[in-house]
Amino acid sequence: MKHLLSVDDLGGRDGIEEVFRLTDSFVEVGERQIPKVPALRGKTIVWLFYEDSTRTRLSFEQAAKRLSADTMNFSVGSSSVNKGESLRDTVQTIEAMGVDCIVVRHSSAGAPWQVARWIEASVVNAGDGWHEHPTQALLDSYTIRRHLGGVAGKRIAIVGDIKHSRVARSDVLAFSTLGADVTLVAPPTLLPPSLDGWPVAVTHDLDAILPKCDVVYLLRMQRERMTEALIPSLREYTAGYGLTKRRVERLDESTLVMHPGPMNRGVEIAAEVADLPRSVVIDQVRNGVAVRMAVLYLLLGSGVDLQ
Amino acid sequence: MAERERRSTPPFGGVFVARSRVMERDDINRALWRMAHEIIERNHGLDGVVLIGLQTGGVPLARRLAEALDQIEGHPVDVGSLDVAFHRDDIGLRPVLPEAVTNIPVDLTGSVVVLVDDVLFTGRTIRAALDALTSFGRPRAVQLAVMVDRGHRELPIRPDYVGKNLPTRRDEVVDVNEDGVDLGEMVKP
Repeated sequence: MKHLLSVDDLGGRDGIEEVFRLTDSFVEVGERQIPKVPALRGKTIVWLFYEDSTRTRLSFEQAAKRLSADTMNFSVGSSSVNKGESLRDTVQTIEAMGVDCIVVRHSSAGAPWQVARWIEASVVNAGDGWHEHPTQALLDSYTIRRHLGGVAGKRIAIVGDIKHSRVARSDVLAFSTLGADVTLVAPPTLLPPSLDGWPVAVTHDLDAILPKCDVVYLLRMQRERMTEALIPSLREYTAGYGLTKRRVERLDESTLVMHPGPMNRGVEIAAEVADLPRSVVIDQVRNGVAVRMAVLYLLLGSGVDLQ
Repeated sequence: MAERERRSTPPFGGVFVARSRVMERDDINRALWRMAHEIIERNHGLDGVVLIGLQTGGVPLARRLAEALDQIEGHPVDVGSLDVAFHRDDIGLRPVLPEAVTNIPVDLTGSVVVLVDDVLFTGRTIRAALDALTSFGRPRAVQLAVMVDRGHRELPIRPDYVGKNLPTRRDEVVDVNEDGVDLGEMVKP
């Protein structure tokens, strides 16, 4: 496997399961007294982030370091991008320095595919526009598997701003590939214009679906959406779609609450709900490091093609 | 483990065909029993001894060795398993994936680790295992027990406890299984 641009690159269910088996091994590595292996010694990975990110970049950084890879950071703010350098020139310059992998986040959907066409190094999509965020989908699926024993057959509700969410798109792909029943829950203004071909059900009624969920996955309510007049107000959004204390009581005992972070406490998730044992947000972050180790090792070390 | 990996990857890919049986099931039992006595003798008992089986072939042998030690000395020893995939020196040269999750149940600092594997060949798996062990503490000593030493070492590594020394050709394959030990070769399907 050369690149991870989309969840689809993993070759379906078997490929994703292989990533999970590898992730199990890297979770164990993380528990060692010295949580580091020499698997990617001599490999260089560059973070090319055209969009803000703290957790994804740090998670990738920790993953790379635990694999003994060397890392370089390309921070767009202080680079020639400000002088008008094109994406193509930028990545070709970086590659000429001798890098093995470029991890790209970009505000334009498809940018990582372009980068992969221009260079020989491996490319990992760390989020492109509203399009995909495959490592997030993998760590979400892995977290569900760890807590519920698997993803197949689980009823998963993804709640919130589906329209602008790359996490939602990648999660839908991963969850449905693994055999889950996915329901999108959002006001009509926060759904994509067309859901043709999406293997999902849709509802606008959160209260009705809550008792029938194994996982409630809350998306971050991006405040700028309010200025776009897609919702009347944050308070009204919370009233209709926030996971409040009252709503959480309608959930089954074993239902998980998930969130990709950063959370807006009091908007999509009540502060008390975020701290309940059923809320596995911190586990998602912890598993993210091991999942990204698995992805980097698959691309740069394993010599295995999942397709 | 090296044997198993080589079996399924080029240029060794193919099906194992046994040519001769070199140890019967009873021979393995007797060898394990003798090795258990040697481990106790060498270490003046089992104080601090931890058995670590290497994935995949060494894991059942470590478990059986632990049962023998328990029977002889009358108290259980800690047993772990180690997958050395991420420490191998041929990552990038051939496909390398772990077979199973490593499980080392105790802090190894101050212990006497006995690494257990089915076949000792080039010694590269053991080198990787020695490297991996440093992540789990600093053992007082590390010893090596193998069911079959087939020669052809590529590194300065020697076993402390050997079930059987078996002269082989490089292109032959040794298979340690529940019923015994077979010498054979890979045949292209």
